[in-house]
Amino acid sequence: MSQLKNRSLVSITDYSKDEILKVLEIAADFERDPRQPILQSHVVASLFFEPSTRTRLSFESAVQYLGGSIVGFASSDSSSVQKGESLKDTILTVSNYSDLIVMRNPLDGSARYASEVSPVPVINAGDGANQHPTQCLLDLYSIQKTQGTLDNIHIAMVGDLKYGRTVHSLVQAMSLFNATFHLVSPESLKLPSAVKRWIKEAGLEYYQYTDLNEVIPLADIIYMTRIQRERFPDPLEYEAVKNAYILENSMLSNSKDNMKVLHPLPRVNEISTDVDDNPKAYYFQQAQNGVYVRQALIAAILGLKQ
Amino acid sequence: MKNKVTELQVSAISNGTVIDHISSENTFRVFQILNLERSKDQVYVGTNLDSKKLGKKGIIKISGRFFKPDEISKIALAAPQATLIEIRDYEITKKEKVVLPDSVEKVVKCYNPKCITNHQDIPTKFNIIKDHHGRTKLACHYCEKTMAQEDIIFV
Repeated sequence: MSQLKNRSLVSITDYSKDEILKVLEIAADFERDPRQPILQSHVVASLFFEPSTRTRLSFESAVQYLGGSIVGFASSDSSSVQKGESLKDTILTVSNYSDLIVMRNPLDGSARYASEVSPVPVINAGDGANQHPTQCLLDLYSIQKTQGTLDNIHIAMVGDLKYGRTVHSLVQAMSLFNATFHLVSPESLKLPSAVKRWIKEAGLEYYQYTDLNEVIPLADIIYMTRIQRERFPDPLEYEAVKNAYILENSMLSNSKDNMKVLHPLPRVNEISTDVDDNPKAYYFQQAQNGVYVRQALIAAILGLKQ
Repeated sequence: MKNKVTELQVSAISNGTVIDHISSENTFRVFQILNLERSKDQVYVGTNLDSKKLGKKGIIKISGRFFKPDEISKIALAAPQATLIEIRDYEITKKEKVVLPDSVEKVVKCYNPKCITNHQDIPTKFNIIKDHHGRTKLACHYCEKTMAQEDIIFV
């Protein structure tokens, strides 16, 4: 595990397959026993330059379950950014007060930059539309946990495959595990060709669909995504596709027994609430897995778990 | 008669650099990125000249000037097929095709308006890669977006 010690995590591609599996193994240990006070006397800085519910709270509860302390802010309104401070100055200052920095920032590339100027490791909790590697790790953990393995999974990805950063990272990561990809999207939101090329370069197959019903019987995992209004340059384009896919409970009758529905959340209307009570709905447990995965990352990067 | 025309196309310089084999449409782009409009040296520019290799080509001759590696990177990005000829005392002392470097720093602006480099005082950094069609692309070290050569804006 020493190879993760003191290393920043900016993009899921910063980790090898073995390193990903190691984080998931430590996460399973935290799921069995989440309250391990190994972070006492450690301080984690939580710098959220834009609002976030799940990511910020799960990081903060991960630190607290481990007995560590948190300093930081939940929006740039309450930081020196308001006074015009540069990101470099903020990072250099905060690194004096903490052992590790967790950062979300609305600008693409801010996490790579922060990791290069910071003397302490940085975990990227989302840099604009670019990367969100801890979401990817918790998605992988959820797939591994529900399927018993990450290998040879048929994964259906549904919705905004063009702008959805979680989809792109998950495609990259699942390409390490011999997945088959079933890609469901409107024509205008298809997976970018550069991302499809990773699949091909890994020697794997993908299939594209516009009808969600076609993939339901094939999938081990259905990964639903929200069509995000804020990512569309043109509001008319958003209006045309916003209700393209709505998963309803009745549609799951011919799904495989092992199939689980995942969603990075927040959901709007793409999964009908009548799915929530179906045992195949896994998105709330998925969000809970975020705590274990973030505990594992923090512990590994600080060298407290091998 | 034919010899005379050739002479008029390119008058010789005693010391300096000739940038030859610029594709015609990029001639003024190269002129611009090297800031030649502000040059105090003698500069000759020719475009739409006949070329066996390119059909039509551009050529720029700059008296008294020799380019540094970061300037050569800029030329290579704007005119990948260009040849640089250094002349000292009317003799050609060096003649080579420009070569694209593996990466460029502080040369190109990121085209992604949300890239951190467009909001804070951070030197840009790009890796130069080829896509699966063999086209040159620039990948931003920070925001990871890739841009095509024709989208390049020089710093």
